Amino acid sequence: MLNAPAPPPAKPIDRALLRDLRLAVEDFNCDYADTLDRGDIEAWPDFFTDDGVYRLIARDNADANLPLSLMSCEGKGMLKDRAYAIANTEMFAPRYTMHHIAQVRVTDFDDQIVTAQANYIILETLIDEPTRLLQCGKYRDKFLLQGDKLLLKERNCIYDTVLVPTCIVFPP
Amino acid sequence: MTNTARFPTPSADAGPDLSDLHWPNDPSEIPDWIYTDQRIYDLEQARIFQGKTWNYVALEVELPNPGDYIRSYIGATPIIVARDEQGAVHAFENRCAHRGVEFCKTYRGSTKQFICPYHQWTYDLSGSLVSVPFRRGVKGVGGMPADFKLDEHNLRSLNVTCRHGVVFASFRDDIESFEDYLGPDMLDQFDTVFDGRPLKLLGVHRNTMPGNWKLYQENLKDPYHATLLHTYLTTFGLFVAGNKTMIMTDAKGRHSTLCNARPQGRPENDTSKQEIRSFHAAMQLADPRVIELIHEKDSPWTSNAITIWPNLILLRQTNILGARQIVPMGPNQFMLIWTTFGYADDDDAMDRHRLRQNNIFGPGGFIGIDDNEAIKFVQDGMQHSVPRHGVAPLGKDVEGPEVVITDRAIRSMYRHYREEMGL
Ligand code: FES
Ligand SMILES: [Fe+2]
Repeated sequence: MLNAPAPPPAKPIDRALLRDLRLAVEDFNCDYADTLDRGDIEAWPDFFTDDGVYRLIARDNADANLPLSLMSCEGKGMLKDRAYAIANTEMFAPRYTMHHIAQVRVTDFDDQIVTAQANYIILETLIDEPTRLLQCGKYRDKFLLQGDKLLLKERNCIYDTVLVPTCIVFPP
Repeated sequence: MTNTARFPTPSADAGPDLSDLHWPNDPSEIPDWIYTDQRIYDLEQARIFQGKTWNYVALEVELPNPGDYIRSYIGATPIIVARDEQGAVHAFENRCAHRGVEFCKTYRGSTKQFICPYHQWTYDLSGSLVSVPFRRGVKGVGGMPADFKLDEHNLRSLNVTCRHGVVFASFRDDIESFEDYLGPDMLDQFDTVFDGRPLKLLGVHRNTMPGNWKLYQENLKDPYHATLLHTYLTTFGLFVAGNKTMIMTDAKGRHSTLCNARPQGRPENDTSKQEIRSFHAAMQLADPRVIELIHEKDSPWTSNAITIWPNLILLRQTNILGARQIVPMGPNQFMLIWTTFGYADDDDAMDRHRLRQNNIFGPGGFIGIDDNEAIKFVQDGMQHSVPRHGVAPLGKDVEGPEVVITDRAIRSMYRHYREEMGL
C-alpha cells in the first residue's frame, strides 16, 4: 500500500547515520527541485538509476488499490522518452514551476537502499495569470547509495490534489 | 425509472430571453456566445442534459458487488450510481430530500444504506427513503405531520440503462432505447470497445478544464488537428495524415467516430508529413513498449475515438481503453473524468502494458496535455477578446467518411444542438 505508514526499519539505525542520510536526501531533493524549477527537463532522468521507476499517482487511486498512474516510467529509456516528449513534442503554455519539499524522513537503510519520504508542494505560474497551487503530495522514495551519491531507484509521488488543474506538464 | 411525484419532468418551454443573440447565417460559422453565456449554459442543462439524452454515468465494474456505489454526474448535477442487493443498478440525485444536502462525499465505497449526516434521513440503495428520526416527535410532541409518507420523499431517481457493462442515465422516461439512440453504425463502434467481455478497472483521473464543455466534443470530432497538434503521434508513427482514416456520424449528426489504422513500421515515406512542420523524422523512442501494438481485436482499426452525445468520449487507441466523462461546471469550465480499464481476463503482462501505454492519455499524457492546453487557449481567446464567430469551414457536408481533413462532424453536431436548444 503506497499510502500506508512506513514500517519501522528492519535493523535499528544509528542516530548519527540517520541524520547524515537525511541531510543527503535533503540535498538530493534540493538539486532535484532546482533542476525541474529551472525547466531543465532533459537533466531529470539523471536523478534515477538505470532501472529507476517513477510514478505519479492520484491519492484516491492509491487508496482504492487501483494501479493507474498519471505518469509512469520504468527505467532510463522511458524517463528519457518522457523528457524528450516534454522538451520537443508536447504543446503547452510556457510556465514556471516551484517545488517546496519538506518533512524529509529516512525510514530505513538496508543494503545500500535508503527508504525515505517527504511532502511536496508545487506552485505553477502561467503568463498573465496569478500563481496557483498545482500539486501537493508525498514522495515515497527508495534511493541507491553509491559511494556518497544518491540515485532514485523508485520515486512514487502520491498527490492529494486529485482534481488536476488543466494538466501536469513537468513531472513533480 | 424516474420518480415524478415531486419532480416534474423538466420542461422544454419557457426559456430565457435570448433575443440579443443571433446565430450567423453562414452554416460554417459558430458564435462565441454559446461558449460563454450563462443563459445558454442553463438552457443546455434543461434541454440537453435533462432532456431526451442518454448520459454516461459509470462502468458496472466500478460497482461489482451489491452495496457498491460511486459519485457521478449527469450534466452538472451530482448523482450516485449504486448496486442494490438484487444486483440492479440505480442512479439518483446526490441531494437529500429534506434540506437538500449533497450527502455523499466519497468517490466510491460500499454501504447498506445512505444516511444524510444533517438529520439522518436514511435511503436504501435505490434512493428510496426508508426512515426518518423522531417521526413521532419526542413524547408525542413534534415530529412529522400525520400524513407524512416516506415514499413521497425518495431521492430523485433517474432512468437507467446498461449495455455491455456501461451505465447510462436519463432524466426522461419518454426516451428511445440506448441502441436506437446510438443508431446501428455507432452501436457497432461502441461494441468494438465494449464487446460484452467483463472489464477490469485500472484507475480514474480527474481534471478541471478552463473551457466550455462543448469544446471537448468538438476536439474529438476534429480530425484536422490530430496530426497537426499532436506531434507525439506523428513523430512516433501512431497517427499520420496518410494513414487509413475515416470519420462518420450517426443519422442525427450528434455522435461520431474517428477511426484510424496505424501503418506497419514508421511513417518516413508519407508525403503528407511535409505539411506538418513539427514532424521529427529521425526520432525513435528509447523504450518503444509505450506505443507497442498488441493485437487483441478483430478490427481493421487501431484507434477509435467515439463521441456519444452529450457527455461521453470513448477511446480505444492501440491497447488503451478509456471513457472520458464531461461534467459541465459553468459556461467557462468543465471537469473531465478519465476512467481507464482493461478486460478482466488480461494477464499481468497485459495489465502492465496497458498501464504503461496510458502515459499517452490523461491530464499528464503525451497527447492529453496538448488537447487540454489547446482547449484552454480557445476559451482564453473567447473570454479575453472581442466577441466574434469562429469558423469550421473545412470539407463539405455531402462528402463520405473517408474525407478527414474536414469540420463536417463539428457542423453536424451544431445542427443537432440548435434543434435541441431551439436556437
Ligand atoms: S438535510 Fe438531509 S436529513 Fe436533513
Ligand atoms: Fe486531440
